[in-house]
Amino acid sequence: MSAREDILGRIRAATAGVTAPAVPRDYRIFGDHASGDPRLLDLLTDRLDDYKATVHRVTAAELPGKLAEITLGWSVVVPPGSPLPLPGAAVDDDLAYADLDRIDAVLTGCAAACAETGTIALDGGPGQGRRALTLIPDRHVCVVLADQVVQTVPELLHRLDPARPLTFVSGPSATSDIELNRVEGVHGPRTLIVVLVTA
Amino acid sequence: MSETFLGMPAAPKGVGQLRGDADFPAAARAALADGQLRRNIGHATATIRAKRAKVVGEVPDWQQLRRAGEAIKAATMANLADHLERLEREVTARGGVVHWAGDANEANRIVVDLVRATGADEVVKIKSMATQEIGLNEALEAAGIAPVETDLAELIVQLGHDKPSHILVPAIHRNRAEIREIFLREMPGVDPALTDDPRRLAMAARAHLRAKFLSARVAVSGANFAVAETGTITVVESEGNGRMCLTLPRTLITVMGIEKVVPTWTDLEVFLQLLPRSSTGERMNPYTSTWTGITPGDGPQEFHLVLLDNGRTRVLADPAGRSALHCIRCSACLNVCPVYERTGGHAYGSVYPGPIGAILSPQLTGVADNASLPYASSLCGACFDACPVRIDIPTILVHLRSSVVDDHSRVSPEAVAMAAAAWTMASPGRFRFASRLLRLGRLIGRGGRIRRLPLFLGGWTEARDAPVPPAQTFRTWWRKR
Repeated sequence: MSAREDILGRIRAATAGVTAPAVPRDYRIFGDHASGDPRLLDLLTDRLDDYKATVHRVTAAELPGKLAEITLGWSVVVPPGSPLPLPGAAVDDDLAYADLDRIDAVLTGCAAACAETGTIALDGGPGQGRRALTLIPDRHVCVVLADQVVQTVPELLHRLDPARPLTFVSGPSATSDIELNRVEGVHGPRTLIVVLVTA
Repeated sequence: MSETFLGMPAAPKGVGQLRGDADFPAAARAALADGQLRRNIGHATATIRAKRAKVVGEVPDWQQLRRAGEAIKAATMANLADHLERLEREVTARGGVVHWAGDANEANRIVVDLVRATGADEVVKIKSMATQEIGLNEALEAAGIAPVETDLAELIVQLGHDKPSHILVPAIHRNRAEIREIFLREMPGVDPALTDDPRRLAMAARAHLRAKFLSARVAVSGANFAVAETGTITVVESEGNGRMCLTLPRTLITVMGIEKVVPTWTDLEVFLQLLPRSSTGERMNPYTSTWTGITPGDGPQEFHLVLLDNGRTRVLADPAGRSALHCIRCSACLNVCPVYERTGGHAYGSVYPGPIGAILSPQLTGVADNASLPYASSLCGACFDACPVRIDIPTILVHLRSSVVDDHSRVSPEAVAMAAAAWTMASPGRFRFASRLLRLGRLIGRGGRIRRLPLFLGGWTEARDAPVPPAQTFRTWWRKR
């Protein structure tokens, strides 16, 4: 018998007659506020501050000026077809890792964000690019639209498609491995700048 | 009780890290004598307890989430074979290859063969309990393949030629000064002016690993969760070393215990809330990656999933012990355990230390091989209160203690002593005589303590002192009133 049949046979023998309990789903699914509510934007900002990310809040009209100001003096890469306004940015047409490593910053959008945990989800959709793009450059400038912000983790997951490769980002990379004290900035981008766009 | 496990093999001996060189009392004695170790662990566990309490306290539905987590795990185990077959189907449909490994040796052989087929002589690794459990690094090295641990704590352990001592923070037993010394001694090209500032130490690790990430061809990971209905694998991490390994190499090999599967994508909404707050005491860990098979043009183009048994079906077969498989490896039970806080993780002899290790390791190996671990607890219950999936660790500890006793010969010193006690207590005259004899105990005690009882009673004082008997018995005192 193959290892597969062995293991499955053992599992079936071990669980014969065991019935699955019903799963109570009385935990919170939806938050108190609809997506984009100003209170959620405040909460998201508070959480990201706590993670030592930088947050800017702008209107759509102010966005181009703010992006230019943030990235002043940096080389910037954007995913192909990026709708974000930043003249002069390089486009990731399958750049080699070593090339990405020489670029100062990456500018992307996101798929959704969760206020309670300060989490931004990337799904490789339009304006986000492949995973290596938001990983190798040392600075990640991420534009979050107000109506992408939900309150709870269940609301966040409901907005995402598991068939896509997903990355959940809650602050810049960090470690707590030395005496359990948090140090921000290890292998992933050491700087996370979030630009929150309100209506 | 052993009939239940007929045909359910334990994790094999001679490979991996589930058995210690010494039993717990002996190993603990050495750890307790190390003042630096006790200070390091005491400081770290106190820090993490405070962080966890704060972020758990702000979740209004924490108890509902715990009950949901507990039920999802129990429901998964009840139909585990079906969920694994579904997972295999979904992963395969999306371009992944699923392998089944009955034990550590099979898993190691599968991974070594997969790496060899790529021609690579080095692999980058994400911290993974399963690969520690099976001793994958030793197997790779024996095959001429260099495993590079990329998690900071695992790197500290690897460079220090050391063993992990905590599930979440394997180098918790080292302080910053010791870490600096290890880096200066073992890290090629390290700046000799390196200080013990944690930020500087983390930057040294970044510089050391950067080139390896950008050029690695094969990565090996574990898995925190695998969603059966979608074939989605999840890795939860902090530093970005996980993202590097999961994204940049061409080939990804994930080794996962069969108990890590969850039925639905919706189930993740429970665990992604429970795990980070319980483990690092954060609202959310910096990075969580999920992937489903292969995505053309993004990430690894070859994906292998190795499903590992290694004694897990044996645990599953015991109705009183199987919930040890519900563990999501958060390590909250270690951080609240008064025994772990004093001995540290090495004394447990297994990659799974602390309260969860005390119930998991003996079940994976069979209690005969880890017979002292079910006793490595005061049964205070703090581990159950902290467990995000409500594993009743104290009850399983008691259950395993009874298995240990069943395993031993019926004519043990304890059995003789208990029979003698029963005979003595059955008659008032015999009990009075024995009480008078007891006063002789005052001759061998000092400062109210007896450090070593004579003859076969010595077993009792191997791990504890006995109090000196009082000068008069209660009966004598009562008569004088």
